Amino acid sequence: MTLPLWLVPALPLAGFFLCLFFGRRLGKAFVSAVGVGSVGLATVAAATRLIPYFSGDEGPLVETLAPWIRAGNFSVDLSLRLDPLSALMVSFVTFVGFLIHVYSVGYMKHDETDAGYARYFAYLNLFLFAMLVLVLANNFLLMFVGWEGVGLCSYLLIGYYYEREYAAAAGRKAFVVNRIGDFGFLLGMFGLFSLFGTLDFDSVFATAAADPNRYAPGLTLVCVLLFLGAMGKSAQFPLHVWLPDAMAGPTPVSALIHAATMVTAGVYMVTRCNVLFRLAPEAMGAIAILGAFTAIFAAVIAIAQNDIKKVLAYSTLSQLGYMFLACGVGAWVAGMFHVVTHAFFKACLFLGSGAVIHALGGEQDVRRMGGLARKLPVTYRTFLIATLALAGIPPLAGFFSKDAILAEVFAAHRQLLFAIGLVTAGLTAFYMYRLVSLTFGGEFRGSPEKAAHVHEAPRSMTVPLVVLAFLSAVGGFIGLPAVFGERASWIAGFLAPVLAPVRFPGAEGAHHLPHSTEWLLMGISVTVALLGLLVAWKWYAKDGGRTPALIAARFPALYALVSDRFRVDEFYDAVIVRPFVWLARVLWKVVDVLIIDGVLNAGAFVVELVGDSLRFLQTGNVRNYALTFLLGIVALLLFVMGGAP
Amino acid sequence: MTANGIPLGDVLLASGALFALGLAGALMRRNAISIFLAIELMMNSANLAILGYASTLQSVEGQIVVFFVIAIAAAEAAVGLAIFVAMFRHTETIDVNRINLLKW
Repeated sequence: MTLPLWLVPALPLAGFFLCLFFGRRLGKAFVSAVGVGSVGLATVAAATRLIPYFSGDEGPLVETLAPWIRAGNFSVDLSLRLDPLSALMVSFVTFVGFLIHVYSVGYMKHDETDAGYARYFAYLNLFLFAMLVLVLANNFLLMFVGWEGVGLCSYLLIGYYYEREYAAAAGRKAFVVNRIGDFGFLLGMFGLFSLFGTLDFDSVFATAAADPNRYAPGLTLVCVLLFLGAMGKSAQFPLHVWLPDAMAGPTPVSALIHAATMVTAGVYMVTRCNVLFRLAPEAMGAIAILGAFTAIFAAVIAIAQNDIKKVLAYSTLSQLGYMFLACGVGAWVAGMFHVVTHAFFKACLFLGSGAVIHALGGEQDVRRMGGLARKLPVTYRTFLIATLALAGIPPLAGFFSKDAILAEVFAAHRQLLFAIGLVTAGLTAFYMYRLVSLTFGGEFRGSPEKAAHVHEAPRSMTVPLVVLAFLSAVGGFIGLPAVFGERASWIAGFLAPVLAPVRFPGAEGAHHLPHSTEWLLMGISVTVALLGLLVAWKWYAKDGGRTPALIAARFPALYALVSDRFRVDEFYDAVIVRPFVWLARVLWKVVDVLIIDGVLNAGAFVVELVGDSLRFLQTGNVRNYALTFLLGIVALLLFVMGGAP
Repeated sequence: MTANGIPLGDVLLASGALFALGLAGALMRRNAISIFLAIELMMNSANLAILGYASTLQSVEGQIVVFFVIAIAAAEAAVGLAIFVAMFRHTETIDVNRINLLKW
């Protein structure tokens, strides 16, 4: 059975409208059924198309629904595209999205009104629609529609608790920072149109690949602009500031939008445009460096955070940096592989943190947690599996994808970036195990009332956790390293058609490492990860946090700097926000109030003044008026007669 | 020269003199009825001027117009007097200097 492709995004859209218009009146049961059901059906619809696709050797399928814009020689269609890359994205977006919808039922049911519940599921469905449009689009413009759509939903969901001041501010911040990136994307599209005269993926990539030397000079700028868009959406330094604040939204939203799907849209877009980026080696170099920097920068910050969601947010930033590092050295497959595995284990971690927060009645500070392993056994086990997967312990998913990235970086002879990646891997293992031991290990540090209240999450929340933990454990086997044979990596073979060959001297081919080197690299990365885990275990689980406290006391300035997230927000506040506010005040107080209002008021004042003086002519005395008449007539007569006798 | 031998210039002179008298009266008197009489005088001076021209030019239309003016003046006099009576009832005076409510 082949269902049309448009059904996949259309179902969540229908769910959105139903929840929006009828959700409030028909209550929570209806909203749960529609909100989860529409995504479930979309997952099934996607599966009917994807399963044959995964097994077969079909080429890219393009479904054109309707012409959209026709203006002169510019034309854009509403057309969807199923190729290996979009198939991979759709598969985990629908599936992980479905799991998180199920989880949301348990998470949101108790503390929300009917209207709030309907609003939540409406936005979540709308998000899934936009995300599916983004990944299924067959041209840049339609992709941009999805791109803006997910940004909008992100804004709406971050500000879901809009009655809280900081949540509303966080939503606004995310929107504004994303605008900077979107602006770059838009300019990049203009550049593409001026170079190629079309925005269709196939035509753009084919034209660029056919004549690289002609297009390469212009493409560098275009690629930098497109990457600016990716930086905004995927929260790369220096546009990363919105993602940690985005944790003000409900936790399932953080899992779906700000960990698994939307933030990887930038990686997807860069990979989609790999032909263009391969023709712009300078842009690639910048991506690699920025990615590596973000990876280590965010990992360092994550060490000193005490909010469970903030740690995970910085971890997400760091892993996104990894993905861009992979893209930057041309390891497209490894990057996408990490996108998929990261979606599994990071969604699992966020949902697990949601279960913890749920159990503690909204508590997010790890300093008031502890000892939850016995009380939340399912959450603890799944969280631990996902942590080990993220830390890169074999044979869990994160090991394979992270190792693939590190190996490719090494093979590309970027030794400094490799070292940064390795250190980041160690830091990742450290801060994740720190989080686990602070949350689940030791004794409970919160108030006794809270301790009595702690309970395991309902079934609707634990089942998605278990499924995601299972995927975090086995998801890595789709990308076995080359040491297990040339064709061991299913994902590399599957994605190969997307990486069209480019005849360009600067474009690098695939690097191959000797197997012995690969084994060695694996050994090193596992050792580093184990070292990180071991240090965290010793410092936090065994010694109860004395050593880190000692270090923090020894270097107070450094510790404050790290725990204040290197004061990037404060820097932006001083350099951008305040001057802007100041400028706005000048425009308001001087230009608007003083000049524009002043001119108007001065005019009114003059008229009033003249009127005030002239009104004394109205004496009310009829004979005065008659005399004025007379004088007027005499003057008129003299004028008409022109002084002639 | 008019039909009965008076020079037009004399007629106009008389008319002008009457008009000037009426004007002076209208501007100077304070009693509303006196002003009213002065205005009647000005109107009749205009009638006189029209008659002078009509007679000189042998025009019957001019004389008919004067009849109309007289008729309208009568009607106007009735209205004017009615206003004065109403005003007197209200203010107990018809001194125009004291009827100056419509000022700034």
